[in-house]
Amino acid sequence: MELFQVFIELAQSTVRVSTPLILAALAGLFTERAGVFDIGLEGKMLGAAFAAGAVAYITQSVMMGLLAAILISVLLSLVHGYASITQRGNQIVSGVAINFVVAGATVILGQAWFKQGGRTPALSADGRFGTIKLPFADSLRDVPILGQVYSDLLSGHSPLTYLAFLMVPASWWILYRTRFGLRLRAVGENPGAVDTAGISVIWLRYRAVICCGILCGVAGAYLSLAANAGFTKGMTAGKGYIALAALIFAKWRPKNILFACLLFGFLDAFAIRYQGYAFPLIGKVPVQLMQALPYILTVILLAGFIGKAIPPKAGGVPYVKER
Amino acid sequence: MSELAIELKGIDKSFGLVHANRNINLKVRKGTIHGIIGENGAGKSTLMSILYGFYQADHGDILIDGSKVDIRDPNAAIAAGIGMVHQHFMLVENFTVLENIMLGAEESQILNAGITKARAELKRLEKEYALEVDPDAVIEELPVGIQQRVEILKALYRRADILILDEPTGVLTPAEADHLFRILQQLKEQGKTVILITHKLREIMAITDEVSVMRRGEMVATRTTTETSVEELAELMVGRRVLLRVEKGEAKPADVKLSVRNLTVRDSRGVTMVDDVSFDIRAGEIVGIAGVAGNGQSELLEAISGIRRAASGTVLLSGSAIDVTGDADPAALRKRGLAHVPEDRHHVGLVLKFDESENAILGYHDDPKYRKGFLLDVDAIRADAEEKITAYDIRPPNPRLKTANFSGGNQQKIVLAREMERGPEVLIIGQPTRGVDVGAIEFIHKRIIEMRDQGKAVLLVSVELDEIRALSDRILVMFAGRIVGERTPEASEGELGLLMAGVEGPKEAAE
Repeated sequence: MELFQVFIELAQSTVRVSTPLILAALAGLFTERAGVFDIGLEGKMLGAAFAAGAVAYITQSVMMGLLAAILISVLLSLVHGYASITQRGNQIVSGVAINFVVAGATVILGQAWFKQGGRTPALSADGRFGTIKLPFADSLRDVPILGQVYSDLLSGHSPLTYLAFLMVPASWWILYRTRFGLRLRAVGENPGAVDTAGISVIWLRYRAVICCGILCGVAGAYLSLAANAGFTKGMTAGKGYIALAALIFAKWRPKNILFACLLFGFLDAFAIRYQGYAFPLIGKVPVQLMQALPYILTVILLAGFIGKAIPPKAGGVPYVKER
Repeated sequence: MSELAIELKGIDKSFGLVHANRNINLKVRKGTIHGIIGENGAGKSTLMSILYGFYQADHGDILIDGSKVDIRDPNAAIAAGIGMVHQHFMLVENFTVLENIMLGAEESQILNAGITKARAELKRLEKEYALEVDPDAVIEELPVGIQQRVEILKALYRRADILILDEPTGVLTPAEADHLFRILQQLKEQGKTVILITHKLREIMAITDEVSVMRRGEMVATRTTTETSVEELAELMVGRRVLLRVEKGEAKPADVKLSVRNLTVRDSRGVTMVDDVSFDIRAGEIVGIAGVAGNGQSELLEAISGIRRAASGTVLLSGSAIDVTGDADPAALRKRGLAHVPEDRHHVGLVLKFDESENAILGYHDDPKYRKGFLLDVDAIRADAEEKITAYDIRPPNPRLKTANFSGGNQQKIVLAREMERGPEVLIIGQPTRGVDVGAIEFIHKRIIEMRDQGKAVLLVSVELDEIRALSDRILVMFAGRIVGERTPEASEGELGLLMAGVEGPKEAAE
């Protein structure tokens, strides 16, 4: 039974760690399927986390924090959109610039406003997302296995976690079952087809970028309002890049994104849990190696185990009408 | 109701310094097939893009069905009943036929509601116009002829009464082109108006009721097709008399210069593109390879010229082997007398950002004659370029001009001059006149024949069947990577067309 307990705990922490990855990867899904590559997921998430932490502290309202996070992230997305859609700039450069600017600006502003070395002050319970206890979670805990799965694994997460997991089928439905989704996927493959069909390529791509901003905003808010009690400098710690890797690993498909993010999340959870643990046969694995594991695996998986990931055909290419 | 489907009055459009359309007047009668012909850059596509709302005219009016309309974007054009089949298909390749047809005309926010309706409508259109296509097929798995049909269906689905087709036969086999013409005839019988943009005179004569000719941005004439001739149209297009038929004497084949045996080439995905191909080319003859684009011609050229590694087979150049399965070095091959005019001059033949003179020595830059010690001898290079400019009538005659600023025909002449003036033993030419205007075509064809008459062996690959038939002394037909037949240039177009489509023709001509 102890093994099962370990499993439940690992699974639970996997779900927690995966939440921002899922949200960020879905965010990337929306822009990249529309043909705008976005390496700035990291920066947007970080900016959103800071805005959430700062505003939630000042207003003492978690909802205001979430709104601020979304607002900042959408604004950053629009900057990326303006550079890469309207000005037809290089999408990678624009994304990297956002990452750098946000990494610096959050620390400077944080220090200037709160004077805690770039952190935002710790949030009280009102300023944070609580956990949702599913109905009957307590009474069902005693049912063997299923009860524990229900009470400890499915129940007791932040509302944003439930939102993230719900967003997977929702994104699929939007992309594959709505007019907006059809057009969005089309514009990422052949913007000419969209333009000649009488649809504005520019406006469509901007809408995709805004969707990305909203989801990144939620991901950032999760970090500072749910996973932690406030913002700490550089708290995204590469999650935006991991989400990007998951997106590629998932071949730009919503269902695969869920599994890719859970896998990366699991590796992370595993690394956290077994830091300093002496494994049989291997012995103690250095902390650094454990922490590097998700990244190493990403490289290995991307290098050959997933077959060819074919990106949206018009990805990264600004649309210019044929002359 | 007006007699005219479209009337254009005084359409004028400039892009910066380029005056693409000057005071264009055009009348297209309802229920006719109206051809618009002109050389590349004559302004045909610009005019049609204005009609489809891609660009706005600087001046002038568009009248549809007798009333003035303001076509600000493709939406307005669609609303006015105009449909367009672009030269490069505007299809989403990994979408199904149905998804492509619905795109932009989905009816409701949620797709499901529209899908049933779209299916029914598609079925009706298929029946009415005999345009069969599987609505659930994915575009990239369909042959180009069918993809084009999807484009036509897209326009009809949006209730287009006027259909514009921009160079529709460029990618089709002769049989597919015939099929397209039958479809267009049928559309006409159903009362639709068709505008056909092309630079192929033969198509104009075959299918149109009226034809308008454009030259340098101006509409120079409109004729009733039955009352004009190919010669007159060619003259109107170019502005001077042109020889459409290349004069050439009897070939005098001598020794075998290039010998290809069992050559097999695979592409990067491992698909066999050239499959066990063997042939010989003798000094003093032109061997043409006919075939629809994508049947292995490009890979064949690349393998022989040392750009792409072959999987197996041997190639002998003047009797000695080329290491086609290993590291054949294009530079070394050039020194051994094999010149290559690549199919795609923009990506392989030229560096568009370089000066004309730099491109004129590309690949020969290590010749001592262009060098001064470690450095390039710029004066010698320019002098050499100027000689070639004169000999090949390259315009504008400025060796310092950026190559991108030359027209297609003149860019091609730069490549030809570079490769031909070296006096190679074997000349390999891919698509010598792609994107080249009629006047320059005449010149290029003459040069190729001259090379032959000087006793060079020439391998010619072209998707233009007319060109193959006009120049070649022997024609090899390639289909799905194999040589499926050899014919003389006297073989009928129908016979070659069947071979190109992979249908076994009558018995192969005896060697």
